[in-house]
Parts: sequence; structure tokens; C-alpha cells
Amino acid sequence: MRRNLIFILMSIEIMLNGTGVAFVAAGSRWGQPDGQIMFLFILAMAAAEVSVGLALVLRLYHLHHNLDADAANEMRG
Amino acid sequence: MEVAFYIAGIVAIVSTVLTITRLNAVHALLYLIVSLLAVAVVFYAMGAPLVAALEVIIYAGAIMVLFVFVIMMLNLGKRAAIAEGQWMQGNVWVGPVLLSAVLIAEVVYLILRARLTESAGGVVDPKQVGLALYGPYLIGVELSSMLLLGALVGACHLGRPVLEKAEGRYDRNSDGARAHSGGNPIRAGARGASDAP
Repeated sequence: MRRNLIFILMSIEIMLNGTGVAFVAAGSRWGQPDGQIMFLFILAMAAAEVSVGLALVLRLYHLHHNLDADAANEMRG
Repeated sequence: MEVAFYIAGIVAIVSTVLTITRLNAVHALLYLIVSLLAVAVVFYAMGAPLVAALEVIIYAGAIMVLFVFVIMMLNLGKRAAIAEGQWMQGNVWVGPVLLSAVLIAEVVYLILRARLTESAGGVVDPKQVGLALYGPYLIGVELSSMLLLGALVGACHLGRPVLEKAEGRYDRNSDGARAHSGGNPIRAGARGASDAP
């Protein structure tokens, strides 16, 4: 299992991209622009998510000096 | 057109699998960029040229540059030079370059053919997308602009200087005031009042 925070964010990007491919394929199948519009919203959401996520990764790296996701368990969840 | 779609799909799947199995973050990032470019070719072959262009510009251009910057900022240790030397070996680039060569041959073939109307469900041109985006989906555009504003404020807040430095500055100021007032903490706290008479 990958526990590197950078790889976790990359995998989130891959999953969002797969969702976008599904939307665009469905919109292209029916000849409607709605699938592409949903992809634009996914794109905006991915940009927002990755900017906040990478800022959090930088902050966690300054706190713990590694990129392990298990290092950030102060809340004992 | 269908052959181009299948080849680009195979390239996307292979590069995505290579992305999630690499151990080095920079290698994974290279394969991820190739995967996004392959998905852009898939979009173009499916008859969605606007989304294909946005995939290249925003995903492979902007978001991946964010990843590159963060990986660059996290490698400030002593072993950064050694790792850099290992990354420039040359055989690292073979996989992404081969996959990208397949993609660029495909794009050249598609541009030379220049017949976009052969795809399965017909082409959805950018004018149609724009009319629908600013017609029935206007509230979605406003909501995504608010989301981007929130992300901007959040990233600015998270990227501010660390809190210990600010506390140190305030402590230094209060130490100076305490020394200036002869070690009396009450006068150090009320500096404005003690300076007045």
C-alpha cells in the first residue's frame, strides 16, 4: 500500500481523470455538451483540491520531515 | 479514427499502471503526464476538441507543474544531488519518450487526416459547449468560481510562514521591552503608558 502523500494526491488525480473520461464518453455517445461541462467542473474541482492538498503536504513535511501519511496521526483516529 | 482511439487508450492505461507502480516520485510524475496527454488524444478522437485542449493546458500544464514544484521543494536535503544524478541516467526517459512518440505520431496522423466527423456520436464543438455552459449551467460556473476562491484563500492560509517564527518575533519584542523597563514586567507590558510621563 502506498503511504506517500505525493502518490496519494497523484492517485486522486488519476481517479478524477477517469471520472472525466466517463463523462466525456457518455456526452459524446449522445452528442450532448453536458458531459464536457461536467468535465470542466471536475477540472476546476481538481485544481482546487490539488492546490490545497499540496499546501497541506508542504505543511506536514515541515512538521514531521517525512511524507508518510501515518506520521500525521496526532488525533489518534 | 477508431484505431487512434484504441492506441491512445492503450497508451493511457499502460502509463497509468506505470504511474502507480513507480517508487520514485519524479518517474511517476513523468508517466502521469504521458497518461494525461494520452487521455487528451482519447478526448480528441471521441469528438471533444475543447476538452482535449483543456486537458493538455490545465491538467498536464498547470496541475502537473504544481506537483513538480512541490517535489522540487521537498528535495532540499543532502541526498538531492545524488538523486539528481540518478535521475539523469538516461534510461529513465525511455519509457515516457516511447509512449509520447506513439502519441505524437497519432496526433500527426489525425491532423493530416483532419476528418473529425467519423467518431461514434458526432463532434460536440466548443460553441455548443460554451452556449450550454453559460446558459443552463450558469449557476454551476458561479459555484465553481466560489470554490476556486475558497481554494485560493485556503492555500494562502496554509502557505503562510510557520507559527513559531511569529511567536519568536513577539517574544523578542517583549524581551526588549522588558529589558528597556529595567526588568519590571508591568512596565514592560504598559510601554505606552510608561513612556508618557
